[in-house]
Amino acid sequence: MQGAPLLAIEHLRMRFGGLVAVADLSFEVRRGEITALIGPNGAGKTTVFNCITGFYKPTSGRLAFRRSAAANSATLTALTRSARRFSKDRATFLLERMADHEIARRAGVARTFQNIRLFAGMTVLENLIVGQHNVLMAASGYSLLGLVGWPGYRAQESAARDKAKDWLERIGLLERADDIAGELPYGAQRRLEIARAMMSDPVLLCLDEPAAGLNPRESQELNALLRLIRDACGTSILLIEHDMSVVMEISDHVIVLDYGVKIADAAPAAIRNDPKVIAAYLGVEDAEEAARAALPR
Amino acid sequence: MGRRGFDLGAALKASAIAALIMLGLSFPILAYRADENFSNILVLQSRWPLVAALVAAAFALRFLRALWPAPRPRLARPAQTQPGRDEAQSLARFGRLFALIGLAALIAFPLVMLALAGPAGALKWIDNYGIQILIYVMLGWGLNIVVGLAGLLDLGYVAFYAVGAYAYALLSTHFGWSFWICLPVAGFLAALWGIALGFPVLRLRGDYLAIVTLAFGEIIRIVLLNWSDLTNGDSGIGSIPRLSFFGLPFVPGSTGFAAAFGLRFLPIHRVIFAFYLILALALLTNFVTLRLRRLPVGRAWEALREDEIACRALGIDTTKTKLTAFALGALFGGFAGAFFAVRQGFVSPSSFTFIESATILAIVVLGGRGSQIGVALAAVLIIGGSELLRELDFLKQIFGDDFDPTQYRMLLVGLAMVVMMNWKPRGLVAIRKPSIFLFAEKAIPAERSSVGSG
Repeated sequence: MQGAPLLAIEHLRMRFGGLVAVADLSFEVRRGEITALIGPNGAGKTTVFNCITGFYKPTSGRLAFRRSAAANSATLTALTRSARRFSKDRATFLLERMADHEIARRAGVARTFQNIRLFAGMTVLENLIVGQHNVLMAASGYSLLGLVGWPGYRAQESAARDKAKDWLERIGLLERADDIAGELPYGAQRRLEIARAMMSDPVLLCLDEPAAGLNPRESQELNALLRLIRDACGTSILLIEHDMSVVMEISDHVIVLDYGVKIADAAPAAIRNDPKVIAAYLGVEDAEEAARAALPR
Repeated sequence: MGRRGFDLGAALKASAIAALIMLGLSFPILAYRADENFSNILVLQSRWPLVAALVAAAFALRFLRALWPAPRPRLARPAQTQPGRDEAQSLARFGRLFALIGLAALIAFPLVMLALAGPAGALKWIDNYGIQILIYVMLGWGLNIVVGLAGLLDLGYVAFYAVGAYAYALLSTHFGWSFWICLPVAGFLAALWGIALGFPVLRLRGDYLAIVTLAFGEIIRIVLLNWSDLTNGDSGIGSIPRLSFFGLPFVPGSTGFAAAFGLRFLPIHRVIFAFYLILALALLTNFVTLRLRRLPVGRAWEALREDEIACRALGIDTTKTKLTAFALGALFGGFAGAFFAVRQGFVSPSSFTFIESATILAIVVLGGRGSQIGVALAAVLIIGGSELLRELDFLKQIFGDDFDPTQYRMLLVGLAMVVMMNWKPRGLVAIRKPSIFLFAEKAIPAERSSVGSG
C-alpha cells in the first residue's frame, strides 16, 4: 500500500426519481492497483462509473481523488468545507463537484465505454490525436498560434504523433494507423479506445467492460495490456467486468456490488470463496446467464 | 406469364391508376383558374386540355416504366467498401487539381469576361454571376464550419449575414466609418451574436437545435423589421457608401481610382474590385477553415460531430468547442454581410429571410457536408443555375408571355435536392480527408463519418 488511496468513495448515493441505483456506497481505489468492480446486471456498476467520471452528478456522497500520493487529509477536510472543486496545489480533487471534461482534464481520470465510443468516421491516428486535445490546444495557443504555423505547435504535434505511434505499436494497430476507426474489428476497437483514453496520461483509467465481446486470445492480450498500463505507465485501473477470467487473473482488489450496495471488498482469492458473492452473483444457477449477458448484443 | 415476361394487363392497370391519381391531383389545382378580366371582374377559366395532357403523360410514363425490365437485386454491401474507398482516393486527387484550376479560372474570370464581352457586357457576368456566386460560396464555407465540421444543424445562418450587413450599413451611414474598419467590426459583432445564439442552444441537439436556430434567424429579421428608429424598418437603409479602392473612390474625375492609375473611367472598375474582394474574403474563409481542420480545435469539432460523449470523456470542453464553431461560422457570415451591404448600397430585412438560410444550407448539404470544394460546386450550381434561368427568356415564345422561368427556381432546387439525396445522399463531394496521417493519406468515404446530431 502506497500512502493514501487514489480515490476514496464515501457514502455515494445516486437516485433517479424513485429508483435508488447506488445506496451509500463506500470503497477505495488504491494507487498502482487494478481494482475490479463486479456484480450482476443492474447492480449499479456503470452508475458508479458515471458518478466518478462526472457524467452523473451524485445525489450525495464524497468522491475524493488524490492525484499525488503526498496529498494529506487536512487538505481534503479544508477542501470539503470550502466551495472549491480542487485544492490549490492541484493534488486533491472532489470529483462530485466537477464537470465531466474537467475530471478528465484536471484530475486525470480517463474512461472507456461499455458500448465502444470511438470517433468512427475518423482514422485510428486521428482518434489518438484527439485524445491529446488539451495538450495540443495549449500548444497551438488556443488555435491563434497554430493558425499562423507556429513552430512550437508543429513540434508538439509531431510529439503527439510519436506518442500515438508508440501506443499503436503496443496495441498492434500500427499498420492500420490511417484506416477508419469504425472499420476495425471489434477487439481492435476496444484496444484503440483504451489507447485513446491513455493519450492524456491519466492517473486513473476507468474501463467499462473492456473484455466484453473479446475471444479468449484477445482477453489474454487485454490482460497483458492492462498490466502494462499499471506497471509501465503507473496508471491505476478501475474496471467493470463480467469476464471472471479477466477479473480473477489481473485484479489486485475486487469490489462486489448488488442492488447498489457493496456486498464484498477483498482480494480476488477471497472473493471467489465469499458465500455472499456466490449467492448474489456467481453461485446461483444463472451465473452462466450472467456470463452470456456480458457478451455484446 | 413468366416473372420476367411482360404483362400487358398489369401494365395497363398500373398506368390507369397512375393516370387516375394524376387526375385527382391536377383537378383541384389546374382544372379551373380564377382570373381578373379587364373590368376587374373575376372569371373562371377552365384548363381541361392541360389536365388531359398531364393525365396522358402520367399514363404514358407509367406504361414506359412497366416496359422497363425489373432491376436485378443488388449484391450485398460489404463487397462495395473497398471500391468506395478507391473512388474516394481518386476523388481526393482530382479535388486538388480541380481546386487549382478553379482558383486560376476565378482570378482570370473578370479579365476574360472584360476582354470577351467588353465593359458593358461583362458587367452582368461579373456582378450577377461572379460576385453573387462567390458571396454564396463564402456563406456556404462559413456555414460548413458549423454544419459540416461541428455537425450542428443551423437553420438561422442568415441572421449573422444580416448582422454583418446592418453593422456596415449603420456604422458607415451614421459614423462615416470606412469599409475597411467596418469589415472586422461587422465580423466581430456577428461572432458575438453567434456566441449569444450558442449559449442557449448548447444543450439542444438535432431537431431541437434546428428549430431554435430557425427561430433565432427569424427574431433577428423581425427585430430589424420593427426597430424602425434604428433600422428604418421595411424601407431599409439606403445610400450606404460604396466600395472604394483603399480610399480611392470609383468616380470619374481627378480624385477617382481611374485617374490615379491613369485609366479611362469605367463603372466596371468597382465591380471588378468587388469581385476580387469577395474572392479574397472567400479564400480567407477557406484558408482559415482548412488550417483549423488540422488544428486541435478543428479535430475537436469533427470529434464532436462523431461522438459528443466521448469528447467529454477525453477532457474536451464541448461547450467552448461548440461556441467557437458558432462564433467562427458567424464571423464569416458577418464578413459576407458587410460585403453584401457595400456591394448593394442598400439593405432591408427582406434580403434576410429564411429562404436565404435554406439556400445556404442546401448549398452545404448538396455540396457535401465538410467538403470545401463540394460546397463551392454546389454554390455554382444553385446560384449560377438560378441566374441562368433569367437567360431563358426565349422560352416565352413557347409557353407564352406570362411564363417566367425564374419562378421555377425553388422547384428546380427542390428537385435537385431530391435527386441528390437519392443518388448521393452525402453530397456532390462525399469524401473526408484525414487531418493527419502516419504513412499515407487515405481519403474516407463520407458515408463512414457521422453527420452529427447536435
